[in-house]
Amino acid sequence: MRPSTIRAGKSPRGQRLVSSRLGDGIRTLARGLGEVLLTVGVVLLLFAGYEVFGTGLINAHKQSELTAQLNASWTSGEDPITQAPEIGEGIALIRIPKLGKDYVKVIVEGTSRAALADGPGHYTASALPGDAGNFAVAGHNGGNGSPFEGLHRLEAGDPIIIETRDTYFVYRVLGDPRAGGASAPDSDGLVGKQVVQASEVGVVLPVPNRPGEMPHRRLLTLTTCKESFFTIERLIIHAELAGQPRPKADGVPPEQMG
Amino acid sequence: MYGWLWRSLPGRIAAKLAVLLVLLVAVLAVLFLVVFPYVEANLPFADVTVGSPDHS
Repeated sequence: MRPSTIRAGKSPRGQRLVSSRLGDGIRTLARGLGEVLLTVGVVLLLFAGYEVFGTGLINAHKQSELTAQLNASWTSGEDPITQAPEIGEGIALIRIPKLGKDYVKVIVEGTSRAALADGPGHYTASALPGDAGNFAVAGHNGGNGSPFEGLHRLEAGDPIIIETRDTYFVYRVLGDPRAGGASAPDSDGLVGKQVVQASEVGVVLPVPNRPGEMPHRRLLTLTTCKESFFTIERLIIHAELAGQPRPKADGVPPEQMG
Repeated sequence: MYGWLWRSLPGRIAAKLAVLLVLLVAVLAVLFLVVFPYVEANLPFADVTVGSPDHS
């Protein structure tokens, strides 16, 4: 057969091949469908990129804004944490040396999605830093800067430092390194590190898991997703104030040096 | 779909490419500034609190 007959869409015997109007329609439809599927795939990839990297960029920008605002408030003599902060307003700094020497985040007031997109958020009903009770903070594990991505690496005794306008509060993750570490319950049944269901609101109570009881310990609780981008279980860190609150006039606490 | 788009753009190749670039940037901007933030807010990826997401 000669090449020219094939290009003309004829069979060797001169009959027309399937290239009827129906065939053209099917081809157009198939091509259109293919293009739509490819487009959807590209958009989904872009969304994945946005979740992993884009929200991190937005969060980094927001955190530097919050840092500047909080420092400006402190310098001007205001202390948002004691002055009925609005949801989303920066109230304190958190440092976790185990997650890096330079690890510092602005804690915002509230745990709404908008607030948590900007930084770790203070459960509004929970105590303030250094107070008897439970200073509870939620933070992202995947996306939005992932401030609490490394919480699973914390072990008994690791320091978590909260800085307010006038004071450093050094908390240490619960647990005795010589007796089971962060996963062994202490005399009150509290553990330094545990995984719970998302419905277990008891972990952020003034006395964790004991509704209505008057607190005497000064606790810090951090909550995050157990897995990045996965939502059924929560990783919970309980820590307790170690020693006395340290006035800022006394300088940076040695724990902060890692 | 894309073939139709290319054919219906006016001008020569350079002009078509320029218009396509503008369209692409516009589509990406809408996706990243409007669609993705909206979708993210309605997906459960963001839940890190105990209790409901707006638990306070």
